[in-house]
Amino acid sequence: MNSFLKTAVAGAAALLVAGAAHAATLDDIKKAGVLKCGINTGLPGFAYTDDKGKWTGFDVAYCRALAAAVFGDPDKVKYVNLTGKNRFPALAAGEIDVLSRNTTWTFSRDVDLGFTFIGVSYYDGQGFIGRKALGVKSAKELDGASVCIQTGTTTELNLADFFRVNKIKYEPVPIETNEEARKAYVAERCDVYTTDASGLAATKTTFKDPDAHMVFPEIISKEPLGPLVRQGDDQWADIARWTLNVLINAEEYGVTSANVDKLAAKAIDNPEINRMLGTEGSLGAMLGLRKTWAVDVLKAEGNYAEIYERYLGTKTPLGLARGLNALYTNGGILYAPPMR
Amino acid sequence: MTAQPFHRSQAEMLPERAAPVTTVGIVGWLRANLFSSWINAAFTLIAFYLLWLMVPALIDWAFVNADTAGDNRFACTSSGACWAWVDQRIDQFLYGFYTADQTWRVDLAVVLLIPALAPLLFEGVPFARQLRWFSLAYPVVATFLLVGGIGLEGVPTDKFGGFMLNLTVGLAGIVLSLPVGILLALGRRSRLPVIRVLCICFIETVRGVPLITLLFVSNIILPIFLPPDVTLDSLIRVIVMVTAFASAYMAEVIRGGLQAIPRGQYEAAQALGLRYWQMMGLIVLPQALKISIPGIVNTFIGLFKDTTLVIIIGLFDILGIGNAMVSNPDWLGLSTEAYVFIALFFFVACFSMSRYSIHLEKRLDTERRE
Amino acid sequence: MARNASAQRTAGQEWLRLWFDERSRGLIYQLLVILGLALVVAFIVSNTIANLQRAGLASGFGFLFDQAFFDINQKLIEYSSTSTFGRALIVGMLNTVLVSAMGIVLATAIGFFAGILRLSPNFLLSRMVGAWVEITRNVPVLLQIIFWWVLLTGLPKVRESLSIGDSIFLSNRGVRLPAPLLEPGFEWVFVAFLCGAVAAILVSHWSKRRQNVSGERFPVFWAGLALIVGLPALVYWFAGAPLAWDVPKATRFNFRGGFNVTPELLALWIALSTYTGAFISEIVRAGILSVGKGQTEAAGSLGLRPGQTMRLIVIPQALRVIIPPLTSQYLNLTKNSSLAIAIGHQELVSIGGTILNQSGQALEVVGIWMVFYLGLSLLTSMYMNWYNRRIALVER
Repeated sequence: MNSFLKTAVAGAAALLVAGAAHAATLDDIKKAGVLKCGINTGLPGFAYTDDKGKWTGFDVAYCRALAAAVFGDPDKVKYVNLTGKNRFPALAAGEIDVLSRNTTWTFSRDVDLGFTFIGVSYYDGQGFIGRKALGVKSAKELDGASVCIQTGTTTELNLADFFRVNKIKYEPVPIETNEEARKAYVAERCDVYTTDASGLAATKTTFKDPDAHMVFPEIISKEPLGPLVRQGDDQWADIARWTLNVLINAEEYGVTSANVDKLAAKAIDNPEINRMLGTEGSLGAMLGLRKTWAVDVLKAEGNYAEIYERYLGTKTPLGLARGLNALYTNGGILYAPPMR
Repeated sequence: MTAQPFHRSQAEMLPERAAPVTTVGIVGWLRANLFSSWINAAFTLIAFYLLWLMVPALIDWAFVNADTAGDNRFACTSSGACWAWVDQRIDQFLYGFYTADQTWRVDLAVVLLIPALAPLLFEGVPFARQLRWFSLAYPVVATFLLVGGIGLEGVPTDKFGGFMLNLTVGLAGIVLSLPVGILLALGRRSRLPVIRVLCICFIETVRGVPLITLLFVSNIILPIFLPPDVTLDSLIRVIVMVTAFASAYMAEVIRGGLQAIPRGQYEAAQALGLRYWQMMGLIVLPQALKISIPGIVNTFIGLFKDTTLVIIIGLFDILGIGNAMVSNPDWLGLSTEAYVFIALFFFVACFSMSRYSIHLEKRLDTERRE
Repeated sequence: MARNASAQRTAGQEWLRLWFDERSRGLIYQLLVILGLALVVAFIVSNTIANLQRAGLASGFGFLFDQAFFDINQKLIEYSSTSTFGRALIVGMLNTVLVSAMGIVLATAIGFFAGILRLSPNFLLSRMVGAWVEITRNVPVLLQIIFWWVLLTGLPKVRESLSIGDSIFLSNRGVRLPAPLLEPGFEWVFVAFLCGAVAAILVSHWSKRRQNVSGERFPVFWAGLALIVGLPALVYWFAGAPLAWDVPKATRFNFRGGFNVTPELLALWIALSTYTGAFISEIVRAGILSVGKGQTEAAGSLGLRPGQTMRLIVIPQALRVIIPPLTSQYLNLTKNSSLAIAIGHQELVSIGGTILNQSGQALEVVGIWMVFYLGLSLLTSMYMNWYNRRIALVER
């Protein structure tokens, strides 16, 4: 009876109170048995639900890879859907362990809000899309135009800067979600729609007549998107950082979800791969993780290229070419430090 | 010419004649209700014209020209609505992300709601006395079914979503806000100044601000107020805020009921030597609550509609699921269909509640007249 | 030993006596409540201070003077992306007040109109209005706001705008109205208007007194109209018509000039007004039904026409029943205006949210929201209470 009571009380307590962390995030995650990962409330390609209601997408894949690094099981993730407004308070308060929600790395977020960006998972930039019928060739000709934007994002600020610097006037049409901004543009509530170039490409494919629209040549901002954690727990930041680096390095070394088991079976004649997959050295132990942590990371959703092609690449409805996000060896700027 | 008598009397009754054709039957009804005057006739014609404009177009859109089959929006080719998603997404609209093979638990909880509510809502339900005990136990039973625990697979609350989340938040708010509202109403009429002032402050503050600012408080501010190693489950936070919000309104409705109880009732109770809680529980509240029922039901309706606001803090109620669906590449842009579908759920739920409230009002009205 | 025990007993009895005495028990209760409250407040304050220090967040309202860096499309006062957060918040507050005020006026009109129509002897009409009321009341207002927004963005495109006399343009970018440009000399028209208004109030008081004394009626309405409209018009003419109109002109993208009402504001306005109007119509209906049938019959036998009966006999009596619930509907409308966040009308909550996101000052922004709405609610209920007292039945 006594033990039953104890279980019941513990159960009720667990339901009410979940431990959050400030110092040893990793221990708390292990104790909870689940990684709390903050993601978007819905953005095609990055975080969306499939027909079974499962969260999936580019940002979600990172959550799964990180859970695999910690637990060896990519399914041990609790997704917390966050809006542009409550994402930072949620991370600061410890309601999530990592925020993987297409968030731009900026000075003030890194320094003033007290977060640590652990790298860049997607290099983006803000652009404009408009109808060809307008006869506009450049964003600088948009004097007097109505511009649809998503609120609570850096795009809103970049837009104001761009028009102020170029001394032209515009009517901002701020909208809460990406989907509604798209709808407003289709209805010609605004002349142009501005968001990250990835979003523009995704949006363009959804139009009835994509060829009637054009993306203007100007990219008005740098938008390095990446996951972030709270400042002050370097061990956890390292785990998050190197999980991302493993994904990128694996692409460079040619390690995929298909061949990772074979490569990890025994040491081969590539010491980089050996160190990464744990057949040589003890990188996992330095992070406080298992020897095979990187193998689990890669088995979750594959390497960076696999993830990219699955959710964003040219074969998906979004049809985004790699561009800046190709490896440095392929003309992009994706470059992860070595596994040594 | 024979002079007709000016007065004429008749010994026998004239045979009864039918009323003029223009005052009875369909024609009479039409005349009385639709064409009683020129203005009325004009109104009728305008109304008919509006109906003729709207109803066929609506039926065409929703049924006649609608598509119901297909795997994505490209399968919908006709001019009307595209309902193809309903088939695939209905589970998400109803259960959110609830573990797929456990959704029977949600169904069971909803079915059990019927015997739990019946003895409270209607008179003459068989076994009402026994069933009332079940009504009392229902919140515990439903929580156990939904969350799991001893013997049942646990389902974390972040998997709650869709209409089931609206129902959970709505019902929890209803169950909790009534007692809290009663306490607040009593507190506001208390003779202890500290308690009275506190209750007034709480009620007026909560009633003075929009619900979404309270939800932002629970979402953004509460973590700042609590120690760093404590975080409350976000569903519980929402329920607490919705309850706080509804109970302030509830308190005012019940206060109205309390004010309608004549002083004599209090004095008589005191004369019988009843203590405060006995007086309130046995004499005053039963009468006051009965008067306030329509107001209470209206507060419930408002609370239930307000459950859609959880979308603003990132929870996926039925509206959130609808928004998530229309941002899926397969179903982009079907917002009208999704919103109409969702509106239907709320209309059915809220309309039946308001009908019930009117029914009660009538019943109470006749009782008072007797 | 024995003495000690008896002393203890008396102390215990003393406590019991305190407990059973109603007044002292009340004091004990209140002390306990105050103590508990103080503990909770201390707990929250200490946590807050610790948490803010840990996150390295500054507290205080200094951020209000920082540059905002974002733009706002619907604004009543001058604002640009180089203005401060504080000014952005004021723009938001004014937008909230604007949509609330517009909503209250339209909702009242819709509510009274629908409430009276619902009691119409015309079966079809009353049923149709009834169906509309039920649908509107029973669907969440958030859904309705989104619905109206979708509908309004379906209006003709800006280059195919519907125009009224080439000065008012209606498109899915909103309604473009000519904006008045005040020229020197117009201030006299304002002065004339104020004088006229004051004079009209005085005339109405005087005529009421005269009617009470002598029973003679004075055409207050026409006199008032002449004073309020005629006097400024006369001054306007004498001052040489010091007013020009900034008529919107089509440019490559948009209209330029004039004053634009965005479809977001319109959608919010319509949705809030119809939603609240449906509730008000029920209140009005109940109010009118609460006036005894005898009143209407008496008015009829005095020879008043149905319109006069409604205006002079029924409505004034019904108002006493209508006003208190009407107040809470007005407050609800004001609070529901915060749902504009869903469609992107930039009012206080929406702008506050953006600021919260830029500056991280959650506590302060939420504080400003609450204080503002509380203040607005308080003002509205104070005004309505004053009005209620004014029309309350004076029992002799």
